[in-house]
Amino acid sequence: MSTHHIKLTINGQAAEADVPARTLLVHFIRDTLSLTGTHIGCDTTSCGACTVLINGRPTKSCTLLAVQADGAEITTVEGLAQGGQLHAIQEGFHQCHGLQCGFCTPGMMLSSVALLKENPSPSEDEIRWGLSGNLCRCTGYVNIVKAVQYAAEKMQA
Amino acid sequence: MAEINGLGHSMKRKEDPRFLQGKGNYIDDIKLPGMLWLGIVRSPYAHARIKNIDTSKAAKIPGVAGFVTGKDLEKYNLHWMPTLMGDTQMVLPVDTVKYQAQEVVAVIATDRYAVADGVAAVEVEYEPLPVVVDPYKALEPGATKVRDDKQSNHIWHWGAGDEAATAQAFEAAATVVKEHIYIPRIHVASIETCGCLANWDPINKHLDMYMTTQAPHAIRTVLALVAGHVGLSEENIRVISPDIGGGFGGKVPVYPGYVIAVAASVLLGKPVKWIEDRSENLQADSFARDYHIDAELAADKDGRITAMRMKTLADHGYSDSQAAPSKFPAGLFSIATGSYDFQKAFVEVDAAYTNKPPGGVAYRCSFRVTEAVHAMERLVDIMAHERGEDPAAFRMKNFIRPEQFPYHSALGWEYDSGNYHAALQKAMDMIGYADLLKEQTEKRARGEFMGIGISSFTEIVGAGPSSQFDIIGIKMFDSAEIRIHPTGKAIARFGTKSQGQGHETTYAQIIAEELGIPAEHIKVEEGDTDTAPYGLGTYASRSTPTAGAAASMAARKIREKARKIAAHLLEAAEEDLVWDTNKFYVKGSPDKAKTIQEIAFAAYTNHPQGMEAGLEAVNYYDPPNLTFPFGSYICVVDIDRGTGQVKVRRFVAVDDCGTRINPMIVEGQIHGGLNMGFAPAMMEEMQYDEHGNITGGTFMDYLLPTAVESPRWELGETTTPSPHHPIGAKGVGESATVGAPPAFANAVVDALWHLGVRHVDIPITAPKVYDLLKKHGAALEE
Repeated sequence: MSTHHIKLTINGQAAEADVPARTLLVHFIRDTLSLTGTHIGCDTTSCGACTVLINGRPTKSCTLLAVQADGAEITTVEGLAQGGQLHAIQEGFHQCHGLQCGFCTPGMMLSSVALLKENPSPSEDEIRWGLSGNLCRCTGYVNIVKAVQYAAEKMQA
Repeated sequence: MAEINGLGHSMKRKEDPRFLQGKGNYIDDIKLPGMLWLGIVRSPYAHARIKNIDTSKAAKIPGVAGFVTGKDLEKYNLHWMPTLMGDTQMVLPVDTVKYQAQEVVAVIATDRYAVADGVAAVEVEYEPLPVVVDPYKALEPGATKVRDDKQSNHIWHWGAGDEAATAQAFEAAATVVKEHIYIPRIHVASIETCGCLANWDPINKHLDMYMTTQAPHAIRTVLALVAGHVGLSEENIRVISPDIGGGFGGKVPVYPGYVIAVAASVLLGKPVKWIEDRSENLQADSFARDYHIDAELAADKDGRITAMRMKTLADHGYSDSQAAPSKFPAGLFSIATGSYDFQKAFVEVDAAYTNKPPGGVAYRCSFRVTEAVHAMERLVDIMAHERGEDPAAFRMKNFIRPEQFPYHSALGWEYDSGNYHAALQKAMDMIGYADLLKEQTEKRARGEFMGIGISSFTEIVGAGPSSQFDIIGIKMFDSAEIRIHPTGKAIARFGTKSQGQGHETTYAQIIAEELGIPAEHIKVEEGDTDTAPYGLGTYASRSTPTAGAAASMAARKIREKARKIAAHLLEAAEEDLVWDTNKFYVKGSPDKAKTIQEIAFAAYTNHPQGMEAGLEAVNYYDPPNLTFPFGSYICVVDIDRGTGQVKVRRFVAVDDCGTRINPMIVEGQIHGGLNMGFAPAMMEEMQYDEHGNITGGTFMDYLLPTAVESPRWELGETTTPSPHHPIGAKGVGESATVGAPPAFANAVVDALWHLGVRHVDIPITAPKVYDLLKKHGAALEE
């Protein structure tokens, strides 16, 4: 199997490595870079637990090859807080009890960040559709919607 | 000074910061030096003889380190394992496989890619055998036997109640309604799958077992019991349950993968990690439900319920590997008399083997309560409709009255407390019941179908009193150990294990309430059997009723010792001291006081002569009774006559779980529980074809609700504390999952009753409803 040298930026830091061609991005992030906040829930692009931002777009990293992310700028959950300050979306999930077991939370927050970038004051329906690629089994989504609304308000203030 | 944040405070969760910043520690995040990966070759057939296993090609793949087969395990008599229900289950097969996706061969390799290559390269030759899929056919004379080691496909019969008296009551009844109700096979599908990391140290004969388990201590004892003969001894087994990405009952059982990983680590002398993929999780792990119920309800001429009878066939797959208390083969199905006052009931369950995965775990439910509640709430609705009575009024008329508590049900339970009328009335007020009835009449006249569905459930949780409840003989108490440090901070450890319920916060709040130490100063730990006191774990909404009670009791022991120390410090008599929030003061002199922090410091620096130093306590809490949370839910649906689509317009849920420790967390539990009531009611079913092929084995076929389909839940509450729990709490994790499904079903049937529709089995999918509309000439066709 061929090996490829890739260079990318992850959470603002440069990273480079030789990876076998078939390495999935999620395994590169979790195993090679030891950023285990990105989770694997289904392997079929259905649940969204592995969502990261690639050049600002929410992407399910379980069905993307690491080589496809060569040259990209990636944000994972570890890159949300800045200088010890939680991102508004993290604060929203905490304040509104938008998480329980925490497993879907990183992907859910990254999809929310991307949604808010595109639509800074989404309606409830827009939030629900915007997060429809991310499954949560614990919360019933009610408080996740509130968390996104909290972040939207905070980011506009 | 930090806030104390005792009972009733919606304190933000202490566990959140790590989860919000990607620093949770889930099973797949744990790595050990030299760790190998385990993958599993699974059967494509539901029933087949294994003719040959050829690992020669797989062995040549770079990184593949070894294989484990049933024959390898047979040498150590580890190819079978006992189930919690006294049955047996294969770890790996020696000659035949009994369900599709069953484990056949384990492959061990240096990384997850090599192991996947190895799994793909193992060649297994099968001879397919006749398959038994339908449990009714399984019990017919001459049916193919699923298990060679058993007499037949009939596993057990269980019954409760007075059969003869119930039959008499049915004969005397003015109205009898009957229905066949199927509660389909479903899967908890927590977003994190199951997995483990087994690390056997051959020098010290010590096993570290990191695993996704809701019951770490029970697992440790099971491992010691089943593998004692090969050198696993309980003091040398450490089970560590790290952060768990959702459990819902699916992480209670011992799956073959766990056992194989231990065997592989012992055989290879290296740490071995096994992480299921989603298909393995859905196809092979324990299912829930799969009850076929023939249910009947009798009423007198005034519409008072007089008797209930249910005959049930339970499909257990090829092994009875339920996770239920030993003496309850059908779980707590005998809660089926529900919220209603009548004294003649008889329920029976027969269990059958089929060529399907084994199991019978809960799906966020305390042992078969959902099945019982669904059948009863459907019957009540059918009876009300049949008699032309309003379903709310019919329920109000038949509810157990508040003054009847503690109430002795026909099937032998003592309900601790309840106020069913208040909960239903509140739900009716919140949703505007009278206006909805008016709207429904108007719409029906216009040919629009709108339905209103009620469910007034009674739950039974908090297993349980040691007189009745055990798992493999271990009584179902739970435990808390609290140590107060010299600076007035504390650590508390428990035998339970949170999977998202927020124990790190709520247990701290219970202790804060009892001792006045701010909850943020109390560190809560669970999930390490080397440090936590023995407990039976978290499932069946039992953590608050058992371990939560233990926290209170242990804290009260500490407070009694604190009183002695305070008396010493204040030079006062113990009986002259008054406890107030966080301090003892001398009666009549409130300024002469010692705070819990001052007392804690003294416990280590200035304790009375003759008293042991330190300030700590342990409690093993054996609950005197179960707790009986309840609630009333009302659902409004609109049905699209052109597609059969059911739109849930509103859903009001009034829950009464006794005292609420942290209202924010309680509401979160109810939201999640409601969604897991909605899911099986409207979307989820694990189906099999006639060959035993699973037809819903990935998230592309087995559909979990997203934020789009999920209803916008509206919550209300009443509070009727449990009289026997130290803080009056009842448990809440599962109520909504138990109570919600019949509200949806009743709403859909209510919308279609005038057409002649009496019943629809869940999940109520659009095609199913469209077929019903068509059958009754009410579908709009192009």
